[in-house]
Amino acid sequence: MTANDFLQIGIFLVVLLLLIKPMGSYMAHVFADEPNRLTRIGAGFERLVYRVCGIDAQEDMGWKHYAIAMLLFNVCGMVLVYAFQRLQGYLPLNPQHFPALSPDLSINTAISFITNTNWQAYSGESAMSYLTQMAALAVQNFLSAATGIAVAIAVIRGFARKTVKGIGNFWVDLTRTTLYVLLPISFLLALLLVSQGVIQNLKPYVDVPVVQTTTYANPVTDAAGNPVKDASGNPVTKPAQLTTETLPMGPAASQVAIKMLGTNGGGFFGANSAHPYENPTPFSNFLEMLAIFLIPGGLCLTFGQMVGDKRQGWAILVTMLVIFIPLAIGVTAAEQAGNPILHTLSIDQHASGLQSGGNMEGKETRFGIAASSLFTAVTTAASCGAVNNMHDSLTPLGGLVPMWLIQLGEVIFGGVGSGFYGMIAFAVVAVFIAGLMVGRTPEYIGKKVEAYEMKMASLAVLIPCALVVICTAIAVMTPTATATVANPGAHGFSEILYAVTSATGNNGSAFGGLSANIPFWNVMLGVCMFWARYTLAIAMLALAGSLAAKKHVPASAGTLPTHTPLFVTLLASVVIVVGALTFLPALALGPIAEYLMSVH
Amino acid sequence: MSRLIRNAVSMLLVMTVITGIAYPLVATGVAQVLFPHQANGSLIEQNGKPIGSELIGQSFDDPKYFWGRPSATAPQPYNGTASNGSNLGPSNTALRDAVQQRIDALRKADPGNTAPVPADLVTASGSGLDPDISPAGAQYQVARVARVRHLDTAQVQGLVAKYTQGRQLGLLGEPRVNVLQLNLALDGLQNK
Repeated sequence: MTANDFLQIGIFLVVLLLLIKPMGSYMAHVFADEPNRLTRIGAGFERLVYRVCGIDAQEDMGWKHYAIAMLLFNVCGMVLVYAFQRLQGYLPLNPQHFPALSPDLSINTAISFITNTNWQAYSGESAMSYLTQMAALAVQNFLSAATGIAVAIAVIRGFARKTVKGIGNFWVDLTRTTLYVLLPISFLLALLLVSQGVIQNLKPYVDVPVVQTTTYANPVTDAAGNPVKDASGNPVTKPAQLTTETLPMGPAASQVAIKMLGTNGGGFFGANSAHPYENPTPFSNFLEMLAIFLIPGGLCLTFGQMVGDKRQGWAILVTMLVIFIPLAIGVTAAEQAGNPILHTLSIDQHASGLQSGGNMEGKETRFGIAASSLFTAVTTAASCGAVNNMHDSLTPLGGLVPMWLIQLGEVIFGGVGSGFYGMIAFAVVAVFIAGLMVGRTPEYIGKKVEAYEMKMASLAVLIPCALVVICTAIAVMTPTATATVANPGAHGFSEILYAVTSATGNNGSAFGGLSANIPFWNVMLGVCMFWARYTLAIAMLALAGSLAAKKHVPASAGTLPTHTPLFVTLLASVVIVVGALTFLPALALGPIAEYLMSVH
Repeated sequence: MSRLIRNAVSMLLVMTVITGIAYPLVATGVAQVLFPHQANGSLIEQNGKPIGSELIGQSFDDPKYFWGRPSATAPQPYNGTASNGSNLGPSNTALRDAVQQRIDALRKADPGNTAPVPADLVTASGSGLDPDISPAGAQYQVARVARVRHLDTAQVQGLVAKYTQGRQLGLLGEPRVNVLQLNLALDGLQNK
C-alpha cells in the first residue's frame, strides 16, 4: 500500500467523525418525544400530511400495530413500483420509449427497492423511463430508508421508555424521517453532485459524432433476436462501423443523492457509481462515501442521546470502526498488490507518481486503487451496494472482504436503521453470553434481557445466516442457476455466493458477471430480500415492545458496563465469530480457493 | 385494519408526490439555473453543436490518437447506452488473454517501445466509458503520437500537461489525463 492509500482512508474517517456527531444529535432532536424547535418549524406542513392521510399523530402504537403499519405500507409500495414498471410504456416522461419490463423482473425490482436492497437485474439507461426512476424507484429510496430508520427509532424507544406499551407512531416516524432528515440532505447533496458533473435534466439522449469512427464486431442475431453461433459454438459476428455515440441523459443527481444517503445503492445507470455521469470526480466519490455512513453512524449517537447515556452510542460506533478499519485496509492492500496472473506479462502494475497501478480491471482511472477500494469497503459494510468499480474483477482477497462484510449481518454501519437494530441484536447476544459466564441475568441499558428478548435477538442474528447458506446450496444444485455464472472455477461459485449474500443482506451489489435476469434468480433473490428484511425488522420490533414494557433496573455491582473497551471487544468478537463460523466453509470454496490457486 | 390500509395508501401517494415528483423537479430546476453545463452532461460544443462530453470517453485505436481505457461495453466499445465492466474474474484466463492482446496491439502501433505497459491502458474500466487515462498511460504514448503526426515531442507533452488534472484538492482520487479533450486539441493543432 502507498502512503496516499492510507491518507485517503484517514481523511475519510476524520471527516466522517466530524459529521456524525452533529448528525446523531440532530436526529435525536427530530425523534424526541417532546416538541422542539425543529419540529415546530415544519409543524404546519407535517400536520397537513397527517390530515390528508387521516392519521392521528398522537396515537402511540404497540409493537404489533407498529409492525403491521410498517409491513402494510411497504407492500403498498411494492405494488406501486411493480405497476410503474409494467405500465411505463403508457406513461409520460419516457423519451426513449422503453417498453414494460417482464413480470418476474418487475417483481424482483419492486421487492429490491422496498427492502432497501436495490439489487438490479436491469440496466437503468436501457430499461427504465425517467418517470419510473423518479416516481417509483427514487421514492422507495426515500421510503425504504425511512422505514429502516423508523424501526431503529422504535427499538431505541424500547430501551428509553419504562413500563409503557407503546413504541411510537410509525406514520409520524416515517414522515419526520423523510421531511426533516432525508429530503433536505438529499437536496443539498444532489446540488453538490451536479456541481461536480452528475447530470440532472429531463432531456432525451444526445447523439454526438465520434472523433474516430468506431469499428467493431457486431454479433449476428436471428429473427427471434438470439445470437447465431457457428459450428464450434462461437458467436458469429460481422464487422460494423459507427460514427456517432449516444450520451444518456436523465434526472440522475436527485436519485443518486438519496441512493447514497439512504444506503439504497441502486444505480441510475448500469455501471452505478462507476459511471462518469453518476460519479464524475474524486470529490463526488468522497461525498458519496460520506453520505453512505452519515446516517448509520449518526444513529449510534442518536441512540446514546435518547437513552440518556452518550457513552453507549459511542461504544456501538467504536465497535463498528474496529471491524471496519482493518477490512478497509485489507481490500486496499489486496488491490494495490495487483493481479498475480498478469505479473508474467509486460504490464506495469506498480504505483508511482504517474499512476495508481494495482489491479485496474473494472476500475476507473479517476478513482484508482485507494478511492475504489475504500468505496468497496464502505458500500458493503453499510448495506448500500452502490459500486464505483466492478466487484467481480476484484482480486480474490479483495473480493473476499466485501462478501464477508455483508455476511457479518450488515451491522458494520449497515443499512440506515437496519444496521443499527441489527447491531443491537448482537449486543443483546453479547450481554447474554457475558451473563452466562457469571451466572447472572444479563442487563442492557437498564433493561433485563430474558428468554423472550434472547429469542428475538437470536432470530435476527440467525435468519440471514440460514437464508444465505440454504439458498446458496439450492442455487448450486440447480443447473439453470449454475449456467448463469460468467467465470470458471472457484470464482463462478463466488458469483453465486455473492448474489445470495447480497440479496439477503439487503446490500444489492453484485459480482456482476452473473446473468441474474432469469426467473430462477428473480424469484429466489426476491424471496431472500423480502424474508431477511421483514423477519428481522419484526423480530426487533417485538424486542422493542417487550423492553418498553419493562421497568428500569438500576446498575449494580454485578452489571456488565456496556460502554467500556471490554464490551467493545466482546461485541466485536461475537459479530466476527458468528460471521466466521457460519461462512468460512463457503468462503473456502470461493475466494479462498481462488486465492490459493492464484499464488500457487 | 381498513383505516390502516387507508393511511398506508394515502401516505404512499403523498410521499410519491413529495419525493418522486416535487423533489426531482425542483432539483432539476435549481440545477439547470446554477450548473447548466454540468446538469446537461458537460458537453463539449463546436459551432453550437455537441461533439462529445468531457466526462464520457470515446473509442480510439488509430496510432495518431491517444488511446483510452479498453471498454467492455457491448456490442461496440464506449456504448453510452450500455455502461458496464468486463466482469472478468481475476483468475480467468480470458482476462490474461485480453490483456495480452491489448499489449500486442499497443506494441504493433509503436514498434520499438518495449517499456512495460501501464496497467490502466490494458485493463477495461468499470463503466466502459472512462474518459481518462493515467499520466503514465499518456507518457507511454507521447512518442508514438508525436512521430505519427510529425510533431515535436515537446509540443505533444505540452498538450498532455494541459489536459492533466492532479489529485482533486491535492488529496483525493488519482491524477488523470482526459483523452477526448487531448485528442480534439491534437486535431485542432493541425487543422489550423
